[in-house]
Amino acid sequence: MTVMVDIRSVHKSFGSLEVLKGIDLAVRTGEVTVILGPSGSGKSTLLRTINHLEKVDGGAISVDGALIGYRRAGDRLYELPEREVLRQRTRIGFVFQNFNLFPHLTVLDNIIEAPVSALKRPRKEAVDTARRLLDRVGLAEKADAYPRQLSGGQQQRVAIARALALEPKLLLFDEPTSALDPELVGEVLDVIKDLAHQGTTMIVVTHEIGFAREVADTVVFMDDGRIVEQGPPGDVLDNPRHDRTRAFLSKVL
Amino acid sequence: MSSDTLAKAPAAPDIPEGADSLRIVPQRRLGQWIAAVAVLVLLGLAANSVLRNDAFQWDVVADYFTSRSVLRGLWLTLWLTAVVMVLGFALGTLLAAARLSANPVLRAVSWGYVWLFRSIPILVQLLLWFNIGALYPQILGVKTVDLLGPVTVAVIGLTLHEAAYAAEVVRGGILSVDRGQVEAAQALGLSRWRRWWRIVLPQAMRSIVPPAGNMLIGTLKGTSIVSVIAVQDLLYSVQLVYHRTYEVIPLLMVATVWYTVVTSVLSVGQYYVERYYARGSEAAR
Repeated sequence: MTVMVDIRSVHKSFGSLEVLKGIDLAVRTGEVTVILGPSGSGKSTLLRTINHLEKVDGGAISVDGALIGYRRAGDRLYELPEREVLRQRTRIGFVFQNFNLFPHLTVLDNIIEAPVSALKRPRKEAVDTARRLLDRVGLAEKADAYPRQLSGGQQQRVAIARALALEPKLLLFDEPTSALDPELVGEVLDVIKDLAHQGTTMIVVTHEIGFAREVADTVVFMDDGRIVEQGPPGDVLDNPRHDRTRAFLSKVL
Repeated sequence: MSSDTLAKAPAAPDIPEGADSLRIVPQRRLGQWIAAVAVLVLLGLAANSVLRNDAFQWDVVADYFTSRSVLRGLWLTLWLTAVVMVLGFALGTLLAAARLSANPVLRAVSWGYVWLFRSIPILVQLLLWFNIGALYPQILGVKTVDLLGPVTVAVIGLTLHEAAYAAEVVRGGILSVDRGQVEAAQALGLSRWRRWWRIVLPQAMRSIVPPAGNMLIGTLKGTSIVSVIAVQDLLYSVQLVYHRTYEVIPLLMVATVWYTVVTSVLSVGQYYVERYYARGSEAAR
């Protein structure tokens, strides 16, 4: 199996606070990686470096064989112009904790915005794709609604459809259910599970241990800017080797 | 206390069995009625004194209301307001973008501009521009006096003043847009230009329109200050008439009524613009 995401010794600091202290991680094509860890462990920051929403201070990340955000010449990494970075991002879908739908645009316009303006797809084609995706997340009848007219769970499903509209090679989820009322978590997880079963490569930062157990090929446990351990969910969740993993799991399970 | 113990607790003494048959009598607000009547009486007295006072000379007001020189002055006031608003907000938007940019030099220059032009009273500024010929007798080989006539000075002075305030209004609007909106647009690969025009600005407009409407109305009336440099706006036009006829009050009433009419039209316009930019928000449902 080929490697989709290759993260090598990534470091990142905010001021004097080092939030990523040398991360190495490989995600294979078609697999689901779930990242667990306490707040402040750096898991969201790591996810955001993968599509260059955060620049790294050291190390390198490649997605589908291409360096993200930089061009290498010899032993130097030259930062890419924004246009190139934006093009790279269209291959990587990102779903935010707070959905971040555009409130002044209808659901349909939210979904076709990037295909039409960033990928220059014909509008009609983009609309057809958007309607198919809305049907897939169970919201076919909400195309003309505005985001604020939807429940949190519905908004997040629209956000997933919006990410899928770019036909990304990789999907990144940053705590996709953390902002939802408990009874709405299931409908969003169902959509993500459905994508996982269809072989979409994805990295999911979450606190949903049950989801990790059911869907993940690999579970990564992070603490204090480092990966403490990683492996199949059966190993990491049921037989953790490190005390910190055990301590974390005992609190959330 | 659990609901179980509540149900067993005896009813409070004032609440009889069958509480749903009790009738609720609203409080009688006598003070409100007295205040309302008093205000109406005062309003009536004021209206009476205005309409019955012959010194207002309402017939003279009617004569000049649509006279040629007054309408020409009104037209100048209207287009001057429009030009100053458009140029002022164009410059103000650039200043706001500079202030929010990552470039420290641009940020400092923008801050300095706003500081300077908010510090100088508009009247002082107009007089300075009007007398700029004393500093620079010639600009690019042309006599400054010929280049900068009163109307040009009015446009320049009012625009520079307006831009300083517009910059703050636009900046406030942009800051009111959630940071996540830009991140989502970046994550979707939208270009800088597209993020600005399609995502940030339309959302910023919700916060920009109310103060901008205020500024528009303020500018409309504020243009009357150009009468000090002999620009024939609405105010100066009526002044020209009353310097000749001494009918000061009725001619000031002509200007007053016109300013009120235009302001009313603008207020109605603002309502519809606000409604447009509120689409997608809870209030517009």
